[in-house]
Amino acid sequence: MPNFVMSYLGSTVTPGQAGNQFWALMYVLIIFAGVSVAVMAMNWLERKALAHFQIRLGPMRVGPHGLLQPFADALKLMLKEDIIPTEADQFVFWVAPLIGLLASFTVYTVIPFGPSQAVSDMNIGILFMLGVSSLAVLGIVVAGWASNSHYPLIGALRSSAQMVSYEVAMGLAVVSAVLMTSMNASGTGTLSMIGIVQAQQQQGIWFIFKFFPLGFIAFAIFAIAMVAETNRAPFDMAEAESELTAGYHTEYSGLRWSLFMLAEYAAMIAVSSIAVTLWLGGWMRPFPNLLQAPAWEFIFSLFPGLTFAGLAAIAFIGTARMPAQSFFRVQRIGLAVFAALLGFIALLLLVIAVAGRTADTSVAARFREGIDYVYWFVLKVAVFMYLFIWYRATWPRYRFDQLMRIGWKVMLPIALGVLMLTAIVGVIVS
Amino acid sequence: MNPALNSAAATMNTGMAPVATPWFFYALAGAALISALFVITRRNAVHSALALIVTLLSVAGLYLMLYAPFVAGVQIIVYAGGIMVLFLFVIMLVNVERSSKERQFNRIWPVGLAAACALMALFVSALVKGRALFPERLVKLSEGTNTQDIAKALYGDAGRMGQYTFAFEIASLLLLVAILGAVIMTKKKI
Amino acid sequence: MSISEKGNPNALANAVSNLDLDTPEKPYLDSNELIINMGPQHPATHGVLRVILKLDGEKVLGTECVIGYLHRGVEKIAENRTYTMFNPYVDRMDYCAAVSNGLGYCEAVEKLMNVEAPARAQYIRVILTELNRIASHQLWLGTHALDIGAMTPLFYTFRDREEILKIFERYCGARLTTHAFRIGGCQYETYAGFEKDVTNFLSFFAPKIDEYEALLTTNRIWLERTKNVGVISAADAIALGVTGPVLRASGVKWDLRKAQPYANYSKFDFEIPIGENGDTYDRYLVRMEEMRQSMRIIEQAVGGIPEGPIMGKVPKVIKPPVGEIYHSIEAPKGELGYFIVSDGSTQPYRLRVRPPSFVNLQALDIMVRGLLIADVVAVIGTIDIVLGEVDR
Repeated sequence: MPNFVMSYLGSTVTPGQAGNQFWALMYVLIIFAGVSVAVMAMNWLERKALAHFQIRLGPMRVGPHGLLQPFADALKLMLKEDIIPTEADQFVFWVAPLIGLLASFTVYTVIPFGPSQAVSDMNIGILFMLGVSSLAVLGIVVAGWASNSHYPLIGALRSSAQMVSYEVAMGLAVVSAVLMTSMNASGTGTLSMIGIVQAQQQQGIWFIFKFFPLGFIAFAIFAIAMVAETNRAPFDMAEAESELTAGYHTEYSGLRWSLFMLAEYAAMIAVSSIAVTLWLGGWMRPFPNLLQAPAWEFIFSLFPGLTFAGLAAIAFIGTARMPAQSFFRVQRIGLAVFAALLGFIALLLLVIAVAGRTADTSVAARFREGIDYVYWFVLKVAVFMYLFIWYRATWPRYRFDQLMRIGWKVMLPIALGVLMLTAIVGVIVS
Repeated sequence: MNPALNSAAATMNTGMAPVATPWFFYALAGAALISALFVITRRNAVHSALALIVTLLSVAGLYLMLYAPFVAGVQIIVYAGGIMVLFLFVIMLVNVERSSKERQFNRIWPVGLAAACALMALFVSALVKGRALFPERLVKLSEGTNTQDIAKALYGDAGRMGQYTFAFEIASLLLLVAILGAVIMTKKKI
Repeated sequence: MSISEKGNPNALANAVSNLDLDTPEKPYLDSNELIINMGPQHPATHGVLRVILKLDGEKVLGTECVIGYLHRGVEKIAENRTYTMFNPYVDRMDYCAAVSNGLGYCEAVEKLMNVEAPARAQYIRVILTELNRIASHQLWLGTHALDIGAMTPLFYTFRDREEILKIFERYCGARLTTHAFRIGGCQYETYAGFEKDVTNFLSFFAPKIDEYEALLTTNRIWLERTKNVGVISAADAIALGVTGPVLRASGVKWDLRKAQPYANYSKFDFEIPIGENGDTYDRYLVRMEEMRQSMRIIEQAVGGIPEGPIMGKVPKVIKPPVGEIYHSIEAPKGELGYFIVSDGSTQPYRLRVRPPSFVNLQALDIMVRGLLIADVVAVIGTIDIVLGEVDR
């Protein structure tokens, strides 16, 4: 058994492909924990960033700079009474949040954080992702219906119409990226998430720049559709709070409501991962083909450690800048400990970067590579997360009919056109 | 490389080694059957629709076990994702309270039963008589190129028409006609 | 459309009678029409307005406003208070524009008593009232944008409104319900540095309006959400008695500050911005321009405050002669009128307020018919109602 467990460590394929159930399970657990933590971090970050957009401070009380606010929120939501309205359809009301949650988390099985850093690599990867993430709408629709109330019902109707419509444009944009994968030397395209990134590596270009501006337009369509798909501002029709109070989750409270939030944020991360995988080179660091020398490799592998060192420095500065009153003592200590933790992680990452700087198959080198892959992937996804917050702070909300009009009359024709042009250009070039 | 990894790679090359195939099969088939029963017995249409989604997903799982991941993916996208959302969309607007109180079964249910029995008999007879047609063991299809194989069968390969290109085009034409018909029927002026 | 069920707001079946329901006992989840209650607890009805919507899908077939959830009987209270004692109550009607309310009331009583506030008091009144107009429009802009989904302008406007409230606080000690004016003039002399504060505010605020406009005026989504939404024609607006920016956005150049100058508005040079289409976007533009014009007025007024007393010759006990008076001013939301009947005693015999929000709210039904739910919210925001004033 230990041999079986250890055997995977030097592998270059995903545990799903290697048939290694232990590591597949470990990856599932790591991703589940990671996504949950990411959602919490995102929660804090959104509140803070939004607050600073809006000349406020945001959470400041629970922990230094409100760092513990997500935990306080989670605790509060878990302890709150879970109200199920009498007139609601009890079973469906109960099961609805789970549908959304399951769908948004299942998607993560094929997200490639690295060439072997995924639970599994499916031959139909992108198709699977689109299909399963489209199941999330069922949770919303069913929640709105089961609440047996008007606002949730309207929210559910809006949401289902919106997600079904935008999936079309989204799918076409994805197809045009998939078409680009067939520009490889082998001449066959692939739907596999890992294969798509590898195709970008082989062709030496991120698909966002491929056949400029075709790749960029497809990416833009996807980037717009994914905001609509996750029901975020300015397309947050389903929960438009000034119109439908809270939309489909008006009647939900406590833990069940928090599951919806968890699903929403998990879905945001998931669709951003698709965008990163398809157009932004997935796990690849900048210029992997151009700056190939081992020295460059080493310099880029320092980035994760340096990022954490930077975060630690920010936290230390924050500690130093805290008022010297006794009231802030606990917070001061807390932030200092947090900064030290970040610094420790930074140190660890730097040590790994140095230890694994050779490009051999030793565990340290594999580990260093893995960290690099995950780092660049997460960094790219984080940019999208920030964009989501930025959109929300800046724009008013679209009206439902305008949203549908854009989806069907603007995005769909453009996506179709881009798809055809991509195919034509692809045939001419090859 | 160590031997364990080698063997893993070896199994991969010969097609996926099904680890708990019978159990997965029984679980999926059971889920499909039970939820299919729920589809026709629930009085609440939304419950039926949800049960139908479970059925469709179980069938998608069965497709996966048959080394047909593409069909499984399409099953999830088209049926579980698209069509069922539209189903729910319509059902939600129906007065569920009223419909659940009404008598669900009308007079022609014996006809339906007879039809179901006939279909069942057909299946059984096909299974019994055509035993020779079925392979003895599970066919090992290449899972890795499943999508490409389907594409070749549907669209043809290297300039030649595929096995099902004609049927595929006919089917898409039929769907187009249906879409146009639906648009014309709902839109009073175009 | 009449508000038929004001006295019995809980009877849904009765209240929707105006909506031409064919069968009121029809179950709710039917496939055709949906009756939905927007409010009294709803994030976007600006308080406790309750709008009963009849919907076909998302399309609004008709509305019925149910009001009275914030009814405090202000007019009846007036009959049991002396003229002086009633003065603070008017601040509680339109609490976003308390200074305007006070001005209208004080001027009405002054007119009834045939006294006039001294020139210095007039100037102070104009400055504070126009500051209040800006504050009221800021509050409107923030909440209106929030209704349409833009969160951020709300915080910007509140940040800048704070500066106005600080001036109020320094002047009279209160921020919201200021009770700044007295019958016959002002209670308080301006504090040292008042002029400086006001001019500082003007120079501080001028770029802020541009900041709001940068966020909204040319924003594509904002344009789509406001253009051709909630259109009301000039004729309809006049027929319904709509006043204020809502009327002006429909192209009617009617502003009581010019039409029937009160206080000393005739001395100041300012424009009346008007719109063309009478849609939500025009109302937005009109109000933005009104803020700029208010700044112009303040600038002229603060430079020309004369010296002199701030209180006119008013007896200690206010006892207007027998008679009646209607006096109206241009409040931020429209024509705010006071009709006072005096029987010669220290208390009004009858006091009736013509609140702009209440009258403008009548236009809601015309404006939203045929639009979508999201537009109802936008239109409620664009009418700029304050429920304290609607219900009184």
